[in-house]
Amino acid sequence: MMQQLSTKIGKLGGVYWLPVVVALIAFVLIKVPSTWATLTVAGLAMGMMIFLMASGLSLVFGLMDVLNFGHSAFVSFGAFIAASVLVGLSSWLSSDNTLLNMVALLLAISAAVMFGALAGWFFERVIVRPVYGDHLRQILITMGALIVAEQIVLVIWGGSPMSVPRPRMLEGALIWGDFSVEKYRIFAVILGVLAYVGLYLVLNLTRVGLLIRAGVESRDMVETLGFRIDRLFISVFAVGSALAAMGGAMWAGYQTLISPALGQEMMIIVFIVVIIGGLGSIQGTLLGALMVGLMGNYVAFLAPKLALASSMILMVIILLWRPNGLKPALK
Amino acid sequence: MTCLSIEGVQTNIGRYSVLHDVSFDVPEGEVFVLLGRNGAGKTTTLRSIMGLWSPHEGSIRFRNTQLRGLHCSDIARMGIAYVPEDMGIFSSLTVAENMLLATRGGHFDKPRLRRIYELFPAIEEFWHSSAGVLSGGQKQMLAVARAIVEPREMLLIDEPTKGLSPAIVDAMAEVFKEIAKSTTILLVEQNFEFALELGQQLAVLEDGRIAHHGSMEVFAADSDLQNCLLSLAV
Repeated sequence: MMQQLSTKIGKLGGVYWLPVVVALIAFVLIKVPSTWATLTVAGLAMGMMIFLMASGLSLVFGLMDVLNFGHSAFVSFGAFIAASVLVGLSSWLSSDNTLLNMVALLLAISAAVMFGALAGWFFERVIVRPVYGDHLRQILITMGALIVAEQIVLVIWGGSPMSVPRPRMLEGALIWGDFSVEKYRIFAVILGVLAYVGLYLVLNLTRVGLLIRAGVESRDMVETLGFRIDRLFISVFAVGSALAAMGGAMWAGYQTLISPALGQEMMIIVFIVVIIGGLGSIQGTLLGALMVGLMGNYVAFLAPKLALASSMILMVIILLWRPNGLKPALK
Repeated sequence: MTCLSIEGVQTNIGRYSVLHDVSFDVPEGEVFVLLGRNGAGKTTTLRSIMGLWSPHEGSIRFRNTQLRGLHCSDIARMGIAYVPEDMGIFSSLTVAENMLLATRGGHFDKPRLRRIYELFPAIEEFWHSSAGVLSGGQKQMLAVARAIVEPREMLLIDEPTKGLSPAIVDAMAEVFKEIAKSTTILLVEQNFEFALELGQQLAVLEDGRIAHHGSMEVFAADSDLQNCLLSLAV
């Protein structure tokens, strides 16, 4: 009976409906439609930004079995670099000219992405490559790298929280009756969806994507077909780091105040998302990120004292139900 | 003429020495069978040839090119295909994607693909299906089809009949006879009847050492030797 029910649910989309189920339960509990809608958009925006940060980590682990605890350093650097560019272009941001607003924002995100890609390439070559196949040393060296990265952030940007200006076009909220949603959150959702669609198309419609999907399943077998997975891996690592930096840049604009501890704070969230989603799977990471984003917002409204623990509780429940995560890559 | 020559190969896995001074020659254009009990070192020999494990000593020469020390992908690009014991199918990919990965330029040689469809009708039937839903026999067919989607100089095949029904094993034997007309095959097998039907030469591994090396015809006629090495008589 349960098996049949599970099969039927699987055919209808299975775990992909979980965010919808969570949203419906929250709707019943919150009771006020406008509040529920505001929280839902906030949760989706948060989820999409976390997805950007976590997707690279999931692919890196899936493809090369590398545990990179330094991944959130790219988030941190992305946030601070974007913030510096935005501060430098604050006159463009405050302009009434939407084009200038847009250019400033794009420059900030591009700077973060380019730094992420270059730093990711360097990180893989110098720090990760010597410890392939050794999880203990990977954890030690990448944790060490995260601490060093945080100190570099402290040296460059100082210990005080940094204020991040937003472009005028993304300030304020759109209001329909009692329902309001911040423009920046809509922008975060759109950017996250675009990144997901881009990743999805690359992974599913290109030969490189085919190699990555196959490599996540069996690295050895891809190599016996004549491909160098390690050469492919460095590109994946660089793209994953660039996405993390992009997520950091978006997060900086979302929070409007960032501190050097950002990397450490996000590391926990990013790992929770990757574990919930299932290692090596982009769809799983998106699902995990949306669940964490939505739950975080709903719980903060319904039971504020549980807000900080909501992600952990969610992870425990999901791992008890599915020990390999919601949608892990096949191994 | 020798296609593959293995001399004094020793392979360690961790602290354990699995192969000790393994030597044999695989003649060009023949089916060479590696026999032996479980744990004798047959799979380790294939993985050592393919570069998946690095031999600590010895030489592995493919038509005078030293393979020892080369990366697995470089060995594959020399025209050596490997079908592992677990078939190495990518379950999350479709049958078509599994096949496409094994092509050199990312496109199929259509006459060759038509021939593969004739040899393995299930490949065409399940072309757009996920490889994960195939039966064991169909997965084995896909693994072999993938190995021959491009012309190969040599095939290394690890226990292709394991877990298959007798009817599928018979069909597989016919396919291998067809492949052997144009490709040298090094076959690891526990099914002695299957090995006898295909092989011209054989080596028997015992505890990581070559215990016997010679022609299949002589070995098939010597039931005492078979009993001694494999605990069976044909």
